[in-house]
Amino acid sequence: MSQNTLFDKVWDLHKVSSLPGGSDQIFIGLHLIHEVTSPQAFGALKDKNLKVKFPDRTVATVDHIVPTDNQSRPFKDNLAEQMITTLEKNCLEHKIRFFNIGSGNQGIVHVVAPELGLTQPGMTIACGDSHTSTHGAFGSIAFGIGTSQVRDVLATQTIAMNKLKVRQIWCENKLSNGVYAKDLVLHIINKLGVKAGVGFAYEFSGPAINALSMEERMTICNMSIEGGARCGYINPDEKTFSYIKNKLCAPKNKNWEKALTWWKSLKSDEDSIYDDVIKIDSCKIEPTVTWGITPGQSIGINQQIPLLDELSPNDKLVAEEAYEYMSFNPGQSIKDIPVEVCFIGSCTNGRISDLRVAAEVLKGKKVSRNVKAFVVPGSEKVANEAKQEGLDQIFKDSGFQWREPGCSMCLAMNSDKLIGNQISASSSNRNFKGRQGSPSGRTLLMSPAMVAAAAINGKVSDVREFIN
Amino acid sequence: MKSEFTPPIGKITQIDGQCIALIGNDIDTDRIIPARFLKCVNFDSLGESVFEDDRKTLKGRHPFDLEENKNAAILVVNSNFGCGSSREHAPQALMRWGIKAIIGESFADIFYSNCIAIGIPCFTLPKKSIEEIQNYCDNQFLFLEIDLENSLAKSKDLTSNLEIKESTRKMFLSGEWDATSTLLANENLIENKFNQLPYIKFNTHLAI
Repeated sequence: MSQNTLFDKVWDLHKVSSLPGGSDQIFIGLHLIHEVTSPQAFGALKDKNLKVKFPDRTVATVDHIVPTDNQSRPFKDNLAEQMITTLEKNCLEHKIRFFNIGSGNQGIVHVVAPELGLTQPGMTIACGDSHTSTHGAFGSIAFGIGTSQVRDVLATQTIAMNKLKVRQIWCENKLSNGVYAKDLVLHIINKLGVKAGVGFAYEFSGPAINALSMEERMTICNMSIEGGARCGYINPDEKTFSYIKNKLCAPKNKNWEKALTWWKSLKSDEDSIYDDVIKIDSCKIEPTVTWGITPGQSIGINQQIPLLDELSPNDKLVAEEAYEYMSFNPGQSIKDIPVEVCFIGSCTNGRISDLRVAAEVLKGKKVSRNVKAFVVPGSEKVANEAKQEGLDQIFKDSGFQWREPGCSMCLAMNSDKLIGNQISASSSNRNFKGRQGSPSGRTLLMSPAMVAAAAINGKVSDVREFIN
Repeated sequence: MKSEFTPPIGKITQIDGQCIALIGNDIDTDRIIPARFLKCVNFDSLGESVFEDDRKTLKGRHPFDLEENKNAAILVVNSNFGCGSSREHAPQALMRWGIKAIIGESFADIFYSNCIAIGIPCFTLPKKSIEEIQNYCDNQFLFLEIDLENSLAKSKDLTSNLEIKESTRKMFLSGEWDATSTLLANENLIENKFNQLPYIKFNTHLAI
């Protein structure tokens, strides 16, 4: 059993009681909600005649269903309009702070909370969305929950949960040029497998992690769940504190000093005990691309899609399913596979630094004639910042469509969808069958820089050829 | 359409039903219920859309479309079932289709806790045992009686010790899987915790 890790410390701090069955009752310091997984929870509160216990510990925004072409109300899609209206009504009724479209702070919940300074070290954070693990980048313990647990957090500010084990993933050395956080996390998921994290929190540490910016760290923690880990975190450091400083909801003045003192005390002890430790050599990682139907099925840009014989017995079943669904042949190179759609955005890679990197690749270049390319900023703030820097113009000049913020084609709950068996190069997080809106659509996950390179060439390409 | 859906309430000690095998590892919640069906403000109509895309692809040959499975209640799956999105819509859709318990090699964490929260016990068995059960119920009718008190599954010619986390098993036996009232009972402790947490004091701005 782990001891004295950051996870242990934060868990123990938030433990309200040991429940009769043996699980723990855990206080949730920050609860984030959005339109898709909250309406039934509010409905359940009503049915049980319960109130929201601490309305000011819950913050709302709207992201999954918002259109990215035209956000004027009412939305063209009646169901989407009904969902945003329901959220507006629930927030008003229960006095929950809601960052709506046009507020300047709307966006993907996992982009918005950090940029508002809501996400802070040492907190427990829950949201009805699996990518809540993103917030662990700040040394908080953050995890996705289902709608019944959203109800429980609204009603009690606590949930019932079994304590997780802790696996340290020590990332040795540094990433080489043209290799990004996305490549690192895809590599980790490939090495450990998509279910290795079940029952674990992942602590990412080591020189490669220390060297990452906060936004890159968010990309890493965001995809913990794709490796099966409900929670992923990084010990906070000076980068963490300076990212939070002066944000809208960050502690100010004397409170800032108090916060800083406490945050600095929050990290895994030198001699803390982990349930498991894994070492990754970061300098050997290449730009990485998925070829299959799970985020674990990835290879380096210069590698070939694995043969069935090269895979462990446990991986063969899904590999066979993937060859068939993707219409790829074992042994085929990933490089040069034609792509038809290029998508930059999502809670994994829709932040300003992601847009900067992609724009750098695209500057002065044109998107291939055969490609539909679009960029969806992660939030209104990201969009505004990008415009100030002229990034929107670089994207538009290259042939990318510049859209309004939202989750968009990461999960295709709005009208941004693949058609038929189109192949997309996507900076999002899931390449599941049908994930991007077409039951036969195919997704290749990669870094935003690699999506930009694919857009220019109209096929999977090595971004290092553009930047070196 | 099946008989009207009634959600489970209170203690869950026994689940009897026909088994339905669904073969495949890493079956994610997008496949269980594609995202377009999440555009709803209640879970009521999800049952008919469970595995919609997989079912369409298989044109009537999907286990959930086979006539002989229409009354099945115990789903038998392989490893990492329910991975991906946290959408509770996935177990809600399974439950509304008729699933009352799941036996598998392993489950994804969030899916597993969503199942507990809505009253669907998930049991595990080793890969070999799961494959035996799946082979069996692919060829013939398998009716299982699951006794949660003893974690036993029985049929006319099979008895199997199911594995389930002790804390989870107790929650079903006591009815505490429906956690809200148990959590609310500690209201004083919650208030105390709120007052003790260091960051609540320097984050007063969260209030409207």
